[in-house]
Amino acid sequence: MTDLLLKNGRIIDPVNHRDETGDILIRDGRIAGTGKNLKPDGVETEIDVTGKWIVPGLVDMHVHLREPGREDKETIQTGCQAAVAGGFTAVACMPNTVPVNDNQSITRFILDKALDAPARVYPIAAITRGLDGSQLTDMAELHDAGVVAFSDDGRCVTNADLLRRAMDYTKLFDGLIIEHCEDPVLSNGGVMREGFVCTTLGLSPIPSLAEELMVARDIRIAEYTGGRLHIAHVSSRESVRLIAEARERGVRVSAEVTPHHLFLTDEEVRSFDTNTKMNPPLGTEQDRKALEDALIAGVIDCIATDHAPHTEQEKMVEYDYAPNGVIGLETALPLVLTQLVHSRRMSPSRMVEVMSVNPCRILGMEGGTLSDHAVADITVIDPERLWLVEPSRFYSKSRNTPFGGMSLRGAAAMTIVSGRIVYQADEE
Amino acid sequence: MQLRSKDLLGIEGLTEQEITLILDTADSFREVSERSIKKVPTLRGRTIINFFHEPSTRTRISFEIAAKRMSADGINFTKSGSSFSKGETLLDTVLNLQAMQADLIVIRHAVPGAPGLIARHLDASVINAGDGPHEHPTQALLDMLTIRRNLGSLKGKTVVIVGDIAFSRVARSNIHGLVTMGARVIVAGPPTLIPMGIERLGVEVSYDLDRVIPEADAIMILRIQLERQGKIFLPSLREYSRLYCLTADRLRQARRDVLVMHPGPINRGIEIDPRVADGDRSVILDQVANGVAVRMALLFLLAGRKEMTMNQ
Ligand SMILES: [Zn+2]
Repeated sequence: MTDLLLKNGRIIDPVNHRDETGDILIRDGRIAGTGKNLKPDGVETEIDVTGKWIVPGLVDMHVHLREPGREDKETIQTGCQAAVAGGFTAVACMPNTVPVNDNQSITRFILDKALDAPARVYPIAAITRGLDGSQLTDMAELHDAGVVAFSDDGRCVTNADLLRRAMDYTKLFDGLIIEHCEDPVLSNGGVMREGFVCTTLGLSPIPSLAEELMVARDIRIAEYTGGRLHIAHVSSRESVRLIAEARERGVRVSAEVTPHHLFLTDEEVRSFDTNTKMNPPLGTEQDRKALEDALIAGVIDCIATDHAPHTEQEKMVEYDYAPNGVIGLETALPLVLTQLVHSRRMSPSRMVEVMSVNPCRILGMEGGTLSDHAVADITVIDPERLWLVEPSRFYSKSRNTPFGGMSLRGAAAMTIVSGRIVYQADEE
Repeated sequence: MQLRSKDLLGIEGLTEQEITLILDTADSFREVSERSIKKVPTLRGRTIINFFHEPSTRTRISFEIAAKRMSADGINFTKSGSSFSKGETLLDTVLNLQAMQADLIVIRHAVPGAPGLIARHLDASVINAGDGPHEHPTQALLDMLTIRRNLGSLKGKTVVIVGDIAFSRVARSNIHGLVTMGARVIVAGPPTLIPMGIERLGVEVSYDLDRVIPEADAIMILRIQLERQGKIFLPSLREYSRLYCLTADRLRQARRDVLVMHPGPINRGIEIDPRVADGDRSVILDQVANGVAVRMALLFLLAGRKEMTMNQ
């Protein structure tokens, strides 16, 4: 393992309450020291990162890598290339592949493929077999095989008794249940958020109630069982309020928000662009604002992209027929920098908390810190880099982004996993 | 003057001047339809394709007649008799139509936004003949023409639209048009069929038809269906009729010169009393005649666009 010295960067490490200029030494895949003017012996590579930020590697706890089964949309390899290009050193992948990751052999297949991929991959297993919502997976065995959480993402566990049993059962190993909160009876047939824009466009409505009812139900189940609940892609103001109240009562609930729910509203759907179609759908400006405030205030723990690749031909159809979802790995960091950090809505260290520290804490994984001996998963950020979103240049196999054509400021300059440089931006 | 866009995808976004241009042009084509030889050579050699992805008789026939009276070559392309049952995408299909040198495509489709999707990829003009519950601009234009011809103007007139506002493209297009033209619009129906936020389009909402009838200069009755998208919005048609059917009794509360309108097809006895539909305040057949004139006007303004540009 080669040594690496990053010099003169702004080291942002909220776990150690540190935000200062200095050097960082990486040895044998671990952080070997931090300080000013480090002059260690025998360093093979020394890189000057003046003007750049050195932060713990970013972690996206909600992605769809599509492998096995839909390698035409994405593979573990291409998804991880997109991840590291976006500054992420690790991703947690949802189990709705074909076949579903509901048994240890699929988990092992994913982990095996991930050995050759540039980013770390943490598999999430299904709560129910085949995501059919009726029978629990072999959760303890999956846990032993290396899954970091359980989710039927894409679907809600509508059977309250089953979800209650899942939350009880995972107490065996203090496991995490990630819920996609949606009452399918209420959202049935809907393609966008119910409200003024939806009324104008005549599209089928999804009431925010569909999410909120399940958030309320799931919080109660978590409280009743004492299990650990994480709410995926929160999209409504009322859900935020429910989560804030629950946390005040001490319920073990955490929550994530996607960049598209943070930065876009249902107004975008007026274009009928199918890259504005996702589940949960884009909310109103009031929702967007509430999500942003909650993320800054700490009610929402982290940003997760819900990276959901789809082919161009699947998206080039009538709005109703297009699949839900957008990709996000390569745009998340530049968006957060541009919209939240440079605008001074959010401090750089809060950004590191919501994109690195907290996802690591929620998933119980190493990382999220630049402490001595910590694993050397590091993202070097160029906060000033001007960057035009050009989907044709993505590492992802898919192009379905609603942010194409946007000019952003700030991007990943270098991504380091286990002390190895896995991505380096072109100098321009 | 001409229309700004090559397409007519909706009434939303049209200016008062554009709507007036279409209605004035339609007025002049009404005269053509009343001649013994109901044909002008204006669009000779132009190809117009009626692309109906959803069953429709009235609108399709109205467009066909309009094309014939303008001497255009009209071709019908409907769901059953074409290749889109074979899994070809909408975009592939219309690019094929374009390759056949169509000048204008009239499209009816169940999904909101579908006409816009094809218009973005075509050089040919596109007219939306109804896209799900989104818009049905030619219907709104013929309704506005009917009101204008009968009442002299739209400005300051009160139009009550009754029934299933939530799923009605006719309601949406009329709201955009009437509000733009300075009319006052009241939508009336049961709360389950009044969509969230509709008042932000500049309309008043009432659940009580009897209360608003006396204020109407025109009453536009919408077709009602018990079930939509597998969801139930009404307890029964019987109860709906009790509250919202335009009966002779209710009509007596209206102004004596009120216009009774319906876009068809009519559920007689459910949303409108047959005696009212056929009565002396009904302009329903007038609407049908105006439909042909409005569509002739649009074919002229859109398919004739290139020529007008060249002549200028
Ligand atoms: Zn989901």
